[in-house]
Amino acid sequence: MIRLFTRDLVLAVRAGGGFGLGLAFFLIVSVLVPFGVGPENELLGRIAPGILWLGALLACLLSLDRIFALDFEDGSLDLLATAPVPMEAVVLMKALAHWVTTGLPLVIAAPVLGVLLQLQGSAYGWLVLSLLIGTPALSVIGTFGAALTVGLKRGGLLMSLLVLPLYVPTLIFGAEAVRRGAAGAENAVPLLLLAGISLGAVALLPFAAAAAIRMNLR
Amino acid sequence: MSIWEYANPRKFMAWSRPVVPVTAVLAAATLLIGVVWGFFFTPDDYRQGATVKIIYLHVPAAMMAINIWVMMLVASLIWIIRRHHVSALAARSAALIGLVMTLIALLTGALWGQPMWGTAWEWEPRLTSFLILFLFYLGYLALWAAIDNPDTAADLTSVLCLVGSVFAVLSRYAVLFWNQGLHQGASLSLDKKENVDDVFYFPLLFTIAGFVLLFVTLMLLRTRTAIRGRRLQALEMRERMSDA
Repeated sequence: MIRLFTRDLVLAVRAGGGFGLGLAFFLIVSVLVPFGVGPENELLGRIAPGILWLGALLACLLSLDRIFALDFEDGSLDLLATAPVPMEAVVLMKALAHWVTTGLPLVIAAPVLGVLLQLQGSAYGWLVLSLLIGTPALSVIGTFGAALTVGLKRGGLLMSLLVLPLYVPTLIFGAEAVRRGAAGAENAVPLLLLAGISLGAVALLPFAAAAAIRMNLR
Repeated sequence: MSIWEYANPRKFMAWSRPVVPVTAVLAAATLLIGVVWGFFFTPDDYRQGATVKIIYLHVPAAMMAINIWVMMLVASLIWIIRRHHVSALAARSAALIGLVMTLIALLTGALWGQPMWGTAWEWEPRLTSFLILFLFYLGYLALWAAIDNPDTAADLTSVLCLVGSVFAVLSRYAVLFWNQGLHQGASLSLDKKENVDDVFYFPLLFTIAGFVLLFVTLMLLRTRTAIRGRRLQALEMRERMSDA
């Protein structure tokens, strides 16, 4: 399992795929927003939590189809399915590798982009914390979406349609936690709910994703 | 004889053939009674005027939109557990009807909201959760359409339906979080005190029954069509085999 994890990690870094690309996408989305809504600092500061969360979510989405597609094409997914490791563990490791290569860099980059978007000073801690809690859910939910569409020729667009509605609660609680934190209000409730979604997704979704992969490989 | 006998495609075709015309006629009758009674023989509300009459389409459509998803969930579970093909086809047939019901609920709501709330759309818990439900229906249907192998498609959409149900419920409560309810509470409940006035209540019951019967009719019809389509496919496949 650890071997699988490091293998995915190495592949992701060497192929130059998700690692840089997701970050660059996040950067571009955050830079484009001021162009779209105008350079008013006050307005930007108000919508910054939502924009940063949305950017992180889209960057996550962008790299999802790589999770299984390459392994499916060269047949290593079939080997993994027949390996003594349960499919659920494979899925979990894949999601973990995706999180480390996509989610974690986003968490680290978010405060920097927060400066660009005039995020309020009190919100930086909450932004990092909420992203840290919430991005694992994004990765696991995305892995489920990738598992559903693994056998399809043009699965990418379909996957976005399937995954985005599933991201709704995570996005709501994540952005709400930052917004309340920025306003100095009580935000333990959205943070706890966000953590609940993450933990629940990590615990349960690998089973659904593994079932979907088995169905796709049959 | 167990209840599962009815899930056999041949049995299903046999019993659904006489049922469809009956439900169709009943649906037409109840809808006609409900709509005519509701539109022409009930007074205007003293505050809402004639717009109150949208309730006769809005409430049943909204109820069906949610209940059809529940029916799809049950059908998906039956497919996963017992692998009855009719069940998978029924879930697929129901999804499009559910999509249309959701759309009707959203549109009639917008038509009513424009004069009453002064806005056709508001990011408000009930409205938002219906929009999300609409997206779930879209994704479900798109996944069905994307996969060639019917069994794989049935498997994967069932899993999506199960996971989607959990997330749909989560979203429902997540949007409550914004806590700015503009939509009124439930119009109907078994607890009589909350109900709308009797004048509006009885025609509403008729249209609700009409929508349910309409759904049953359409669902059975679409499932029968899907079964015939599946049989046609099998015949063509056999033809090709014998040619080769």
